Amino acid sequence: MKIRIAVAALAALGLAACGGPAPEAGPGSGPATTPGTQAPTESKTLTVVTHDSFALPEDLLKKFADETGYEVTYVAPGEGTSLVNQLILTKDSPLGDVVFGIDSTLASRALREGVVVPHVADAKVIDGLAAEGLTPVDFGDVCVNADSAWFAANDVPVPTTLDDLTAPAYKELFVVPSPTSSSPGQSFLLATIGAKGDGWVDYWKALEDNGVKLAAGWSDAYYTDFSGADGKGPRPLVLSYATSPAYTVDGDASTTEALLGTCIRQVEYAGVLAGAQNEVGAAKFIDFLLTPEVQATIPENMYMYPALDGVALPDEWAKFAPLSDEPIAIDGAQIDTGLEDWLRTWAEQIG
Amino acid sequence: MVSGLELRDVTVRYGDTTALDGVSMAVAPGEVVALLGPSGSGKSTLLRAIAGLEPLVEGTILWDGADLAAVPTHKRGFGMVFQDGQLFPTMSVGRNVGYGLTHLPKAAQRARVTALLELVGLPGLEHRRPTELSGGQAQRVALARSLAPSPHALLLDEPLSALDPGLRRRLADDLALILRETHTTAVYVTHDPEEAERVADRVVTLSPPPAG
Amino acid sequence: MTKAAWRAAWVAAALLPAAFLAVFFAWPAANLVVQGFRDDGVWTPSGFAAVFSSARTWRAVGFTLASAGATTLLCVLLGLPGAHALYRCRFPGRDALRAAVTVPFVLPTVAVGVAFGALLREDGWLGWLGLDGTPVAIVAAMVFFNYSVVVRTVGAMWARLDPRLAQAGATLGAGPLRVFLTVTLPTLAPAVLSAAALVFLFSSSSYGIVMVLGHGRFHTVETEIWFLTTQLLDLRGAAALSVTQLVIVALALWATGRAQAGLTRALTLQPDVGATRRYDARRDLPALAATLATALLLLGLPIANLVWRSLHRGGALTLANYSELATATVQGASPWRALGTSLTTALAATAIAVPLGVLVALVASRRPRRPSARRALAAVEAAYLLPLGVSAVTVGFGYLITLNRPPLDLRSSLILIPIAQAVVALPLVVRSLLPTLRAVDPRQLEAAATLGSPPWSVLARIELPHLTRGLGLAVGFAFATSLGEFGATSFLARPDNPTLPVLVVRLFGRPGAESYGLALAATVVLAGLAGAAMALAERARPEEVTAW
Repeated sequence: MKIRIAVAALAALGLAACGGPAPEAGPGSGPATTPGTQAPTESKTLTVVTHDSFALPEDLLKKFADETGYEVTYVAPGEGTSLVNQLILTKDSPLGDVVFGIDSTLASRALREGVVVPHVADAKVIDGLAAEGLTPVDFGDVCVNADSAWFAANDVPVPTTLDDLTAPAYKELFVVPSPTSSSPGQSFLLATIGAKGDGWVDYWKALEDNGVKLAAGWSDAYYTDFSGADGKGPRPLVLSYATSPAYTVDGDASTTEALLGTCIRQVEYAGVLAGAQNEVGAAKFIDFLLTPEVQATIPENMYMYPALDGVALPDEWAKFAPLSDEPIAIDGAQIDTGLEDWLRTWAEQIG
Repeated sequence: MVSGLELRDVTVRYGDTTALDGVSMAVAPGEVVALLGPSGSGKSTLLRAIAGLEPLVEGTILWDGADLAAVPTHKRGFGMVFQDGQLFPTMSVGRNVGYGLTHLPKAAQRARVTALLELVGLPGLEHRRPTELSGGQAQRVALARSLAPSPHALLLDEPLSALDPGLRRRLADDLALILRETHTTAVYVTHDPEEAERVADRVVTLSPPPAG
Repeated sequence: MTKAAWRAAWVAAALLPAAFLAVFFAWPAANLVVQGFRDDGVWTPSGFAAVFSSARTWRAVGFTLASAGATTLLCVLLGLPGAHALYRCRFPGRDALRAAVTVPFVLPTVAVGVAFGALLREDGWLGWLGLDGTPVAIVAAMVFFNYSVVVRTVGAMWARLDPRLAQAGATLGAGPLRVFLTVTLPTLAPAVLSAAALVFLFSSSSYGIVMVLGHGRFHTVETEIWFLTTQLLDLRGAAALSVTQLVIVALALWATGRAQAGLTRALTLQPDVGATRRYDARRDLPALAATLATALLLLGLPIANLVWRSLHRGGALTLANYSELATATVQGASPWRALGTSLTTALAATAIAVPLGVLVALVASRRPRRPSARRALAAVEAAYLLPLGVSAVTVGFGYLITLNRPPLDLRSSLILIPIAQAVVALPLVVRSLLPTLRAVDPRQLEAAATLGSPPWSVLARIELPHLTRGLGLAVGFAFATSLGEFGATSFLARPDNPTLPVLVVRLFGRPGAESYGLALAATVVLAGLAGAAMALAERARPEEVTAW
């Protein structure tokens, strides 16, 4: 009997110790295929790594598979930072061939860590979305949303700026998903950093004093705590998307609105994974994502704006879900160096 | 008023089975009565009924003329010695014996425990655990425990049946002596007629209730 | 069969499940933890220093211990009357109530989190209590899960406790309360301790409940591991915390092992006397009232609220959420198909876990002569509980970075999800089967040997029939837990073929009233299936299986 324990223990230790040239969490050290020096790889299967909210009509996906002849599998290991971190961890044996869902806050980190191989598709995208080495697929604005009906009924003016949220008139009315566990929450954190610079911690402390409620995720905040959605919660101010008001339409007006002065733009990119076994297929998939047919389905299926120039939007969106003219900006390189520290500081002081 | 224990027409039923049917008997103060009978005659049930552990369907149990119907077990003052002792396994011998003495001050408790352990021939065993005792020792401790609070009467349910014959004879003699010395009123259940003669002043035979 | 072949068979029986756990549990977890002690190829414990100098870490450790402690205390306080009412009294409907009380243990954490959240919100049925987002909500949900552990473990022992012990106390003048406190409770101590250690183990590694009901404001060691690994990629910090969690879990396991041994010893000393009596209001009413109150308010109310809300859409009473389960699609998968996937993977997981569990039970139930061998077996038995206590993040992430090389590149393979579920189900299977084998009187085996039966024949003809009595429970238990498993599965997700819990979480993440209503309906279906499987398993439970 003792033999058995010894075997199990040795197995665990031994395999762990030689468990791998463990992928180090340091600057890119994975074997990156340098384009131009080797022919791009191709194989019969194509593995697409996406974030949790990836959704396209099945017939389009089937059409892609039929036309290219690949056997396509979709893997969704997480969203936002979690997705990118998993890509980094599995760099020397990548999760798939092509990734969709790296967002603008993490694009430079992904490139720096050598997780993707530079590849930009040939389509004409809307100005300001392009990033080096990655292909923009869709974008949206993360903004504070307000329940207009509630404010009208209680005779309180709807807030317009970030500073308004700390005013006593709006005490205990705001709910925001935690930046440490939610991708839009993290975008909001970056918005406050972009708008307030070094004073962002004080801003958050002011929010805390004004009774802000932290939720675990976006859907908790929107569906359980927000008064303007189906859950009929107690709070009329929530962090959500610029497109959310298009889904609370009653008659010919929407009962909610986005506060365009509080928005930050989020772009989602696709890229070819370094070390992919089917680089040709990966490039084809990215091109596929930017065809007009696919881009036209993005609003209904993924609730984001298509990146391709000239794609028609659903009617309600034009009326009720306009984009912000001046979203809060924050430099990509700055995010790259500062994100971890900001998250830690937020977690330590506020979270 | 009849002093001592008196049973009048006691009847106990379990569902459809009648365990005791109209049993009457009396035990005078200081008397030791042995209850003899084949198995199934309800001897243990009678003892339990006297202790208040079985509800009566009919009949009354009286002590010194007072009806005990409304009195719960822990207020009746009848001690009981079970066949396998039923010593509390998580307490030492001393704390077992002293269990029923909480109404006395601590010093008096200790004194009484010592006295009783000497009486049953086990001086100095206060700190032993019940699991460390032999069968005979455990039964002596059980006897000491039930005698400690000076009960009105003692009910013994085949206390020696689990012991081997040699030990049984010796202990029966000791028991008879202790019960006399302490002038205890007792009802002693056994299936062994010889033992009954040894221990008791009077032997009563219980016949099983008619079927149905 | 020769003696050598017999020995070889036992070695194989021991090695097979050990190899399974080594490859699919110990190795991935160890790999991720070991990662954390390396810095550019140099071994260093700097992760510990960094993580434990952070006030946030200490808050997390403190909250973990405090919430687990509070849960354990409450479960014991509520579970004792429950044990009395459900195991010492006979009344019509008792068996149904017993089964109902056990169902919460296997419900998916997602479902329970949503149910409690909806109940305690400001506008929920219990909103006036103001408990939303407080530690009380978290503890309440954890008590919801673990109440039955105490009821079951303590009740089974209490039912076999010789009633004459308490009667002896009564004849010595002690009233019912004194008898309970000084005689009954000390004798029940092994069972109470065994149950308490298990509850502490389960609640100190809880993740989904804390995330959903804590609204991100409360942190336990588990959520901190998740945060450090997935958000900050701070593997050193995460490794330090994983080791801490392992220490806490190992201590709880050691305690439960000791208590379990005491329980087995105590139980074998009990006569096979049934101590249950017909319900008697004077004696049993307080316990029964407390049990009913717990069952209705703590267990029944959240579920009822969940079902109620699933029958509404946009404020109107409707069955639309249920009727659309078959047609709606999320990323190409409909809830109906996800249910099919869940059922298939749960069946596969059961098919893996049960045979392996049988092997472990057979090996662990041997009775070697040497005390060192007996101690080793006891350690092995405790070790098989580890998967229940180790962080799902550690294991899930571990899979990603270890099972990525041929011949074990299973990351995209469909088989990995049943394997992950089987790892979690295995301890429960073992604990369902082991007591049945232990209940065999060794003298029966000796008698068979003296009658000429060779060892393998004794095993097959005498021991195995006992084992099969526990199979119904083991299968049902494994199936129910696999259905609801989310922690490890969420890392191995496939958007085109998700299991139902994963789909439910995705539905919650999508805008639109329909998605929310669908998610609620799917949650109810999931909870209903897991509960039904568990209820069926309960009916097959043999008497000697008292604890998890």
